[in-house]
Amino acid sequence: MTHEIIFAGFGGQGILFAGKVIAYAGMIEEKNVSHLPSYGPEMRGGTANCSVIVSDESVASPVIIDPTSLVVMNGPSLDKFEDNVVPGGKIFIDSTLVTRDVKRSDVEVYKIDATHLAQKMGLPKLANIIMVGKLVKETGIFTYDEIKKAITKMVPASKPELLENNMKAFDTGYNL
Amino acid sequence: MAKVLVKGNEAIAEAAIRAGCRLFFGYPITPQTEVSAYMAKKMPKIGGTFLQAESEVAAINMVYGAGGTGSRVMTSSSSPGISLKSEGISYIAGADVPCVIVNIVRGGPGLGGIQPAQSDYFQAVKGGGHGDYHLLVLAPSSIQEMVDLTSHAFNKADEYRMPVMIMGDGMLGQMMEPVEFPEEEENAVYASKEDWATTGTKMERKHNIINSLYIDPNTLENTVIERQKKYDIIAKEEVMYEEVDTKDADIILVAYGTTARICKTAMAKAREKGIKVGLIRPITLWPFPTVAFDKVCDGKKKFLTVEMSMGQMVEDVKLSVNGRGEVEFFGRTGGVVPTPNEILAKIEEMAGGAK
Repeated sequence: MTHEIIFAGFGGQGILFAGKVIAYAGMIEEKNVSHLPSYGPEMRGGTANCSVIVSDESVASPVIIDPTSLVVMNGPSLDKFEDNVVPGGKIFIDSTLVTRDVKRSDVEVYKIDATHLAQKMGLPKLANIIMVGKLVKETGIFTYDEIKKAITKMVPASKPELLENNMKAFDTGYNL
Repeated sequence: MAKVLVKGNEAIAEAAIRAGCRLFFGYPITPQTEVSAYMAKKMPKIGGTFLQAESEVAAINMVYGAGGTGSRVMTSSSSPGISLKSEGISYIAGADVPCVIVNIVRGGPGLGGIQPAQSDYFQAVKGGGHGDYHLLVLAPSSIQEMVDLTSHAFNKADEYRMPVMIMGDGMLGQMMEPVEFPEEEENAVYASKEDWATTGTKMERKHNIINSLYIDPNTLENTVIERQKKYDIIAKEEVMYEEVDTKDADIILVAYGTTARICKTAMAKAREKGIKVGLIRPITLWPFPTVAFDKVCDGKKKFLTVEMSMGQMVEDVKLSVNGRGEVEFFGRTGGVVPTPNEILAKIEEMAGGAK
């Protein structure tokens, strides 16, 4: 089984971190993984994306041409990647920020009011993790416990409140 | 040791430290800056030296000096920075000083761009600097291989007293994969035991001189001929390459680094379509794995060289095939990464249309 996931949005939304959570969980579960970020003059407000592959096979090309899942947190990213998703693939949209509908009819679309929900929870920087929650739930790429283990290892032990907040955000997406 | 998820640039830096490197001189440039950043953070904590020089030219000359003491030393840069360092690299080669130089290649020429490329192949294997010299050039294609080849680079630099280059590209520098690092205690060499190094005479021995200037032509010719003997040994002993499914293949892809991985995806797609495709992946770019071609050339097999350049390694592929098969080329350049489908289209064209 191979998951090829593109995360895309604005710089500052934690796009690369969202991808890292998935890659990290894959590593802990002894899958083959790669995490390829876009790089360049990216900055807060600019565009950012990353390609994450989680596979039982060894990862050949780390470049994803046709993702099995697409997570988008702004309009331009949907414009850029929508056509590339494999037929039957999944598109996860932060509907607070992406106002248009998906044009494709051969993919499954999940609209998550993530930025709005994060703000309401007082965790405005964790909309990305809400998106990860929904992604994990719908793709079944990892179990709840596997992701919890990954996030626990990624967050510094000296900052327990960070772990709590990340798990709150994850739960919100997971239970939608 | 448990696996960790790291960027290629950080993997090289940590691997260098675990190989015993305690001296790093650099100058920032995208897409390799994380090597410097990692060294800046870590070196002061472990009694090493990180120094951001005023320029690439200064950095490579600091490497020359430090290498002359027999200490393990490294610098890293990306394409335009390597051009600046090339004068110093020639001096280091001419003085038989060991060091490791990392080039995380970006698009050129000139300032070019900052996205991944392989257009510095000629510079790395055919000179770069002036004079009769070679670098041992290592081309990893995964983050784990970046770790493994960094240790290897330091060992070979010491063994042959020569500069060794690790050549990656922007994608390998920036991407993360799980890797396992060797334990430092089992892997590191800290100080050279060589008797040539400038470690201080303590008034007990003659001065050791590190130098690349020989005014008398006969003397200079002798040093160059002596060094060539070393290169001849390396060409025999140090060749590294990976070979995948070449036996039954009608078409053999030749690619290194990131491009080899993209080729593996194209190869799988071609095999699904019934086209028998194999791969030769040079790991040492110099010495070039000519021997791999001697093994597979039967007059029938065709070769497709794929590079992120306008066609540089393809010249060495042609020299190695030496008329024993057709050699074609596909490349994208300037920071554009070829897709598996583009490569597949070229394979199908060579196979005489889709089967």
